[in-house]
Amino acid sequence: MISMPGHFVTTRFNHVLGWARKFSLFHYPYVTACCGMEYMSTACAHFDIDRFGAGMTRFSPRQSDLLLVVGTVTQKLAPVLKTVYDQMTEPKWVIAFGACAVSGGIYDNYAVVQGIDQIIPVDVFIPGCPPRPEMVLDGLLKLQDKIQKQEHDWRWKRRKP
Amino acid sequence: MARLDKESPDSLLLQMGPSHPAMHGTIRISLELDGERILRSDVEVGYLHRGFEKTCENRTYFNLLIYTDRLNYVSPLINNVGYAMTIEKLMGLQVPERAQFIRVLMSELSRISDHLTCLAAMAMECGAFTVFLYNMKAREFIWDVIEATTGARMTTSYIRVGGVRADLHPDYRVAVRKAVAETRKVLKDVHGLLDKNKIFLDRTRDIAVMTPENAIAYGWTGPCLRSTGVAYDVRKALPYLVYDRLRFDIPVGDRGDNFDRYMVRMREMEQSLRIVEQCLDSLPPSSVTRAADDLEPAEAILAARTKKPRRGIRLSPNLEGSEKAVYGDILAGDNRSIVPPKEETYTSIEGLISHFQFFMKGHGLRPPKGEVYFSVEGGNGELGIYLVSDGSDRPYRLHLRAPCFHVVAALEELIRGRMIADVIPTFGSMNMIGGELDR
Amino acid sequence: MEEKKALSELQKRFSGNILDASAPLGDETVVIRKDALLEIAEFLRNPPFAFTMLLDLTCVDYPDRRDRFEMVYHLFSLTLNERIRIKLALPESAASVASLTGLWKNADWLEREAFDMFGVRFDGHPDLRRLFMDEGFAGHPLRKDYPLRKRQPGIAPRT
Repeated sequence: MISMPGHFVTTRFNHVLGWARKFSLFHYPYVTACCGMEYMSTACAHFDIDRFGAGMTRFSPRQSDLLLVVGTVTQKLAPVLKTVYDQMTEPKWVIAFGACAVSGGIYDNYAVVQGIDQIIPVDVFIPGCPPRPEMVLDGLLKLQDKIQKQEHDWRWKRRKP
Repeated sequence: MARLDKESPDSLLLQMGPSHPAMHGTIRISLELDGERILRSDVEVGYLHRGFEKTCENRTYFNLLIYTDRLNYVSPLINNVGYAMTIEKLMGLQVPERAQFIRVLMSELSRISDHLTCLAAMAMECGAFTVFLYNMKAREFIWDVIEATTGARMTTSYIRVGGVRADLHPDYRVAVRKAVAETRKVLKDVHGLLDKNKIFLDRTRDIAVMTPENAIAYGWTGPCLRSTGVAYDVRKALPYLVYDRLRFDIPVGDRGDNFDRYMVRMREMEQSLRIVEQCLDSLPPSSVTRAADDLEPAEAILAARTKKPRRGIRLSPNLEGSEKAVYGDILAGDNRSIVPPKEETYTSIEGLISHFQFFMKGHGLRPPKGEVYFSVEGGNGELGIYLVSDGSDRPYRLHLRAPCFHVVAALEELIRGRMIADVIPTFGSMNMIGGELDR
Repeated sequence: MEEKKALSELQKRFSGNILDASAPLGDETVVIRKDALLEIAEFLRNPPFAFTMLLDLTCVDYPDRRDRFEMVYHLFSLTLNERIRIKLALPESAASVASLTGLWKNADWLEREAFDMFGVRFDGHPDLRRLFMDEGFAGHPLRKDYPLRKRQPGIAPRT
């Protein structure tokens, strides 16, 4: 009975799990380029990403649940990004930060991946070149909404890959 | 793909990067280690190679301005200045004096924010997180000044060929003085936190020492070269804009170690603050008075159907600072190379035609055939642009002389024989900026 | 003027190898034969001219010319505070020139970049391999015949 979808206990538990996960995001700042400067601004005192619970920067994919791809990803760097994403443990989310991560930005040439969604699945796209810190925080809030509403996999049975 | 082959069977291969906590840029340092000591290393760059030089051959000169912002992205206005001045040298354009002072002001604010960011990252990687937060705080005040005038905090595209895009914001003096005061406070705090800090000194004093001869052989310029004792600064050696009229010193170090690179940058920030204050005092006054009976744009366009409006036009806030009356102060008078003022564009046929011609493919900014090399003092050193023009609206070849390219070329030699932990302050003090290194 | 002396000294000593010497827009430029590069570079590096800093080393591709590649070197003398530009032409069939790694240490990376982007080889370079592009990259991007958007993905795009 309890494991039926839509049951009161499971939905409440899902809600609580969503609440807990969205307010305790450990992010991995995969910083490459100019957007890194706006990432630094967002993380620091003026615009403080820590207010939203996402202030813990963990530079290890094993320890983080949010992959912030900040800046341009080149063809040379793409396999590394995929490796880092694969090394992250579930549950994990990805934010494409900046125009270059979203779609290649102003660089449409031989060297740049035209958007990281060609390599890894992305949850939130934050446009801007570079996006203002307020936009980054807005994107983070959208991700938090998404986490709140999504089905969390808490059962002991392994989910099908 | 580990490039290093192990030379001895007992050593360990370790890859640092390309995604690593050091906030400077993506770079891979492959290390061959004996315990913690580095036997050999291989520095692999190119993880941020965005094809800038190839793009330059496919975009008009005006379009390329936005790409130059993203080269050394912590001091974008300096790149803009270098690019614009290279084209102006080729075309023989003379920039009005007020625009030159504005360029110097913006360049120095960019330089301060570059050094603040570099030292913030370097200190944070050594563990001094407070310095990172303080420097970012000061940087925000500087970016407020830049944003009020140019519209963007970082990638501004503000400096144009012939001058600047818009005049300074009306309240700029207040904002600049506040930024200067806050930066001075932060510098004083950081001096107090790091200068005599035993941990910081142990990690940076006499680590990665570079001799002046070696530095010159590597083509080092900028704060890294000056930390070895060679007083070469493009602003003093080959002055451009109005630097020959401003009084500032060139700080040099004596030992060429990490601590000297840190100290030279701190002192350079003080000198840049001096230059900013001198600019505030010596800026030529604006030759414009704004009238109260300006027309609204819609009225002006209507009136222009019969005859040219005699009164001024009140432009929208987005175009503030770029009114026609200000053009004499901020842009050279060469009609081929500047965007005509909006009042002309929307109320007269000649203005419309020259606007259209500026942006049309094959027309617009077309420097004469030839080649030129021009350099400015970037945040990291001599930022040079070598431009080959074939007379069309696109560069034939544009090559950037990136200062941190030469600095990072010496990284391998500097870390050989040292511990892994020494790589961090060394790499941090070099201020490698990926956009500039890899272009 | 010191730099005119450098140009005139060069013309006196290496008259057979100097094809052109001029100063367009104030930049002293000398066009030389490719075989004389090492000799001239060493001469300029030594006192009294002491062009001890190699500022830049790059290549320009002129596919319409007989000698397709033009190498451009910028040298700087701290004592004289002057710059000089050396240019030499390379045909596509024999696109190789002497390496300057023995004289200036940053020539190592600069030549690797020129090799990566244009395919010009440098004789005497200790380790000539690609610098920016991936080692499996085919072609040389900055040549005029390499299309701007021809991507060689490092990883297959996901469906």
